[in-house]
Amino acid sequence: MAGDEPQSPDLPPLLLLRKPIAFLLSSLSTRFHLLKPWESPLPLPAFLSAHATTVQALLITGLAPVTAVILDSLPSLGCIVTTSVGVDHIDLLECARRGVAVANAGSVFSDDAADYAVGLLIDVLRRISAADGYLRQGLWTLAGDFPLGSKLSGKRIGIIGLGSIGSRVAKRLEAFSCTISYNSLTMKPSVPYKFYPNVCDLASNNDALIVCCALTSKTHHIINKEVLSALGKQGIIINIGRGALVDEEELIKCLMNGDIKGAGLDVFKNEPLVPKELFSMKNVVLSSHSAVNTEENILDLYQLIIANFEAFFSGTPLISPVSA
Amino acid sequence: METLGVLLTVPMDPYLEEELDRRYNLFRLWEAPLESRRDFLFTHAGSIRALVGNTNAGADAETIDALPRLEIVSTFSVGLDKIDLDKCLERGIRVTNTPDVLTDDVADLAIGLAIAVMRRIPQVDRFVRDGSWKTKGDYKLTTKLSGKTVGIIGLGRIGMAIAKRAEAFGCPIIYHSRSEKPDTNYKYYSNVLDLAANCQVLIVACSLTTETRHIVNRKIMDALGPKGVLINIGRGLHVDEPELVKSLVEGRLGGAGIDVFEHEPHVPEELFGLDNVVLVPHVGSDTMETCRAMADLVLQNLEAHFSSKPLLTPVL
Repeated sequence: MAGDEPQSPDLPPLLLLRKPIAFLLSSLSTRFHLLKPWESPLPLPAFLSAHATTVQALLITGLAPVTAVILDSLPSLGCIVTTSVGVDHIDLLECARRGVAVANAGSVFSDDAADYAVGLLIDVLRRISAADGYLRQGLWTLAGDFPLGSKLSGKRIGIIGLGSIGSRVAKRLEAFSCTISYNSLTMKPSVPYKFYPNVCDLASNNDALIVCCALTSKTHHIINKEVLSALGKQGIIINIGRGALVDEEELIKCLMNGDIKGAGLDVFKNEPLVPKELFSMKNVVLSSHSAVNTEENILDLYQLIIANFEAFFSGTPLISPVSA
Repeated sequence: METLGVLLTVPMDPYLEEELDRRYNLFRLWEAPLESRRDFLFTHAGSIRALVGNTNAGADAETIDALPRLEIVSTFSVGLDKIDLDKCLERGIRVTNTPDVLTDDVADLAIGLAIAVMRRIPQVDRFVRDGSWKTKGDYKLTTKLSGKTVGIIGLGRIGMAIAKRAEAFGCPIIYHSRSEKPDTNYKYYSNVLDLAANCQVLIVACSLTTETRHIVNRKIMDALGPKGVLINIGRGLHVDEPELVKSLVEGRLGGAGIDVFEHEPHVPEELFGLDNVVLVPHVGSDTMETCRAMADLVLQNLEAHFSSKPLLTPVL
């Protein structure tokens, strides 16, 4: 396996915390001398003390957390690149304090994430997954026609977070004659959609909410009991952001009581644990944090990773920097 | 008008049935056991002046012949393949369907099926529900839709609505139709084989006629190939179903999203074990909003006919 070949010590060292997918592992080996703690019998802190004190570059895969403690073990660290768009697993303030630059996946995943959000919305409204299951269980012949779904075209959709992903979701849904409105940290004067500074107002004026924003201390539980109540019995929630953007317990209560109509959830509070109350619900579509997991993205992602580290090592600005 | 008889061929919509029952003398064909259908029709033929059918049971020659007083066939569908149009023409029977009101729903479903099959949404949903995410880790990588070339067979109302949506995903659009459409910029292919060879997602959106039966056959599916995806929201007979099953099982076709089948509600069981297909039970226009709009259109057409006003959506 490429990852096991002896590596040239002339290649710049690159620390990873978790084993990445095979493609990344073998491709990165051609460019970097990889430090692979998962191959060591030492626990991570000991490994870092023994092998990583001079390391300048860290690649975070699989949303491995970067805490102040980890940063303490990497006194020479200058650059972190994460394979995700979200950076809530990285202590950005601590990185800034120590002068560690951080880069994420930029907009490499944005189309896929937007496709997935729209796919989940259509699935919840038109019951595609449920109908597929119905058919495969032989119920079309036994129990007759499947119950009706709801129309998507022309509905009012509220997007929370109109960044790279949210704006692409909006563009797609406009082609379905949907009316788009949004909530964001700040209003975007150049977009044609109505801005709601208050998420409850956004909820009460829309048929579905799509959560696309980053998880920060400000957006934790941005979808809470009040918002769900404002969304109402005909409302749908789609979450492709982070589990903690939604008050999960409250959401489940609303779904169980019929206080909202349905949900499409790609992310959860304690992945991969999913509250079992959801498993028997016919009006939800569940997903394993897969919104960006396509084969086509991996090559683009790899090239972006390389470009960011090359920029760092040559003292030029990172390609997809993130600030605290 | 109590003597105005309307024949409803199969249960299709509770609201429609209620309204027909309220307004007319409604005869429910399915209430007669199969072997006594002929007698049932014969008994009531004297008063049946309208027939309401759908994609399952329409007005074939035998039925039309059994109803000498039939004046109008109003189908709860846009498709006309279950109506003997030649016979209707011969007899001077009016025919109406339900165009436009269902265009959006069908187009929405076509795109929904494309995303569902390429991103494996139903499969991932089951993966989470059966606890596999905990034990097996993330679901494998799937296939991107954005930017893929979409080929549409039939650029009518529904085909155009599909094209408009797919364009928003950055998908280049190519199409095949009986004739080239002068008012679009999409690339036209005069034959389906070339169309299939030049797209990654092939969507069937044309009407079913004798010419378009099995328009997607083995050659077409091979041209679409192991990375290609077929979406059928037209009619089951558009696709050679046994060949479809073989090509999916053998991996010659990458995937399929299918809403319609040759012998509904029967679906080839070999498909049930595949994770590269999404199967739905003819739900193209099955939303509360659209079924209501379709029912109202049927009712309005009948009302117009019986008050000698112009039909709203006549075919004949």
